[in-house]
Amino acid sequence: MTTVDKKVQQNSSVVLDYLRPVKKFPNVWCPGCGNGVVMGAFIRAIDKMGLSKDEVALVSGIGCTSRLPVYLDFNSLHTTHGRALPFATGVKFARPDMKVVIITGDGDALAIGGNHFIHACRRNIDVTAILINNYIYGMTGGQGSPTTPGGAFSTTTPYGNVEKHFDPCALAAAAGATFVARATVYHVPQLEKMITQAIEHRGFSLVEVISNCHTYYGRLNRQGDPVAMLQSIKDNAVPVARAKKMTDEELAGKLVIGNLHTVDKTEFCDEYQKVVEAHKVK
Amino acid sequence: MDNCRLRLLQGNAACVYGALYAGMRFFAGYPITPSTEIAEVCARELPRVGGRFIQMEDEIGSIAAVIGASVSGLKAMSGTSGPGYSLMLENIGYAYMTETPLVVANVQRGGPSTGLPTKVSQSDTMQARWGTHGDYTAIAVAPSTVTDTLTETIRAFNLSERFRTPVTVLLDEVIAHSRAMVRMPVEGEYEIVNRVKPTAPPREFVPFEITPNLVSPMPAYGEGYRYNVTGLTHDLHGFPTNRADEIFVKLDKLKNKIENYVDEITKLRAEMMDDAEVAIISYGSVSRAALQAASIARQAGFKVGAVQLYTIWPFPDKEIRELCGECRKVIVGELNMGQIVHEIERVLGGGVEVHSLQRYDGEILTPAQMLAKLEEVL
Repeated sequence: MTTVDKKVQQNSSVVLDYLRPVKKFPNVWCPGCGNGVVMGAFIRAIDKMGLSKDEVALVSGIGCTSRLPVYLDFNSLHTTHGRALPFATGVKFARPDMKVVIITGDGDALAIGGNHFIHACRRNIDVTAILINNYIYGMTGGQGSPTTPGGAFSTTTPYGNVEKHFDPCALAAAAGATFVARATVYHVPQLEKMITQAIEHRGFSLVEVISNCHTYYGRLNRQGDPVAMLQSIKDNAVPVARAKKMTDEELAGKLVIGNLHTVDKTEFCDEYQKVVEAHKVK
Repeated sequence: MDNCRLRLLQGNAACVYGALYAGMRFFAGYPITPSTEIAEVCARELPRVGGRFIQMEDEIGSIAAVIGASVSGLKAMSGTSGPGYSLMLENIGYAYMTETPLVVANVQRGGPSTGLPTKVSQSDTMQARWGTHGDYTAIAVAPSTVTDTLTETIRAFNLSERFRTPVTVLLDEVIAHSRAMVRMPVEGEYEIVNRVKPTAPPREFVPFEITPNLVSPMPAYGEGYRYNVTGLTHDLHGFPTNRADEIFVKLDKLKNKIENYVDEITKLRAEMMDDAEVAIISYGSVSRAALQAASIARQAGFKVGAVQLYTIWPFPDKEIRELCGECRKVIVGELNMGQIVHEIERVLGGGVEVHSLQRYDGEILTPAQMLAKLEEVL
């Protein structure tokens, strides 16, 4: 057995430890979907951090991505479309000792959940949002989302998208998030590292994960199979350190990956606890 | 009487003190007239008891946070009015499906749409029963005075914990903004019900198991019972299902866990009904006018009684039949275009003449209007 083989075996046995003990496989995702890559990276991050399954709550909304918590052996809350962040806010505020992680997609977080997204950032509540961005609605069959680029095709932009798109990382940073990173489903060790840093960060953290939806986005935009889409993600990615030395023109169409924004600010639950301590009737 | 325990309270504040007495330790809400004082009093009082208050970005987020807090083990509530209740309803449906206890106070104002923010109404009565999509059974209670508001909010929490379901407290603007002397309850005065926790070891725990009374024990997040909570129709383990033999089990559970125990939920008040030929049926602030009108009619020699519904949903079919089945006529007074009157017509089934007394111009129904209606139908 080669070193690589051994590593693969170790990794899969770790993953198996975190899957729900009873039934419910195969999952709903298409073969080659990036969601499974994120699930694996998340599990390894949790495992290496040594967090117990009981102290982790996994909250999601609706969509392909949001199915992820259902398969994992944590306290999982699969909620309504767009509302994962306020549900997570309730969990975290009620149980500040727990680690609360939100798994969401570009439609879930930024369209129907856009208002909750900016307000969770603004509050700087200590939760981690992992936003898997595949530029399209997968579960409903390939409609345009707030991250669908201008000109791109989807079933609701059959003549090319005439709208502008959000940059989730810029939006989060502007709204007050204190840790913002971008990763991809190609750069897996870095993805795991970004998830770890985000969970360890005290305050609202976002990890945007660029992923492939070959079934809809890839097919409608002639981007090929999962391998071709991963290749294109790899080719377009620029590490944040290198990006700093590049001009805007050189960066056009590129994806800057890595830790994009970290600031130190007081956290919501901590601040509220101070109010409780000051006013609690002894 | 112990005067130290008397407090001059507004209905909205009484709602909060009832909730705190019942053990509410989490409130999430959004400002909306005429319910805003519920949030304001919670913001002031909750830190004092180690609880948590959060003003969310909207009512959708508010009820979501309430559900998140409830699955995490806290008794949680929100307060709102019609437009906010409309926004909450999708997630209230989520709470029905996931069997999450919580309380929502809906301080009713005139509608539809933005309607009459500062004016009284009872036009969300049907919405509290049928507002969210899908099949389910709802519980709603309706106080008629400031003191009632305190005790009915306690009852609402007890029902929500007992049945693992959302409970709506249907207030109205008149009660919410009336002020009255309220005797604050002491510890032990009212029974407090807490959700049943699992006793099985986590490995054997079946989160939505069918128990004899159909209510499954509910652990809090972080207590070692890791399970999946989803708004998708799910099996006993909480996993999404499309299997016909699992779907009907879930939906029957949602209905029967409440409808098999309707006697535990029903609460009515009957005055002067023993020999009544005419009954005035009402709920909420209207009941006060109804009671007065019935008394005046009695003094004038007419056999009139009054029935007040404290529990609106599930509808007390049996009790209404028992109380009013022998009446010649009933008058149903409501601040809407006729909602509960249809339930009364259904229950009394043509044997009793049913008259609807409606008011929907933002003003209250007065005893004089009730008497005029009595005169008309007698």
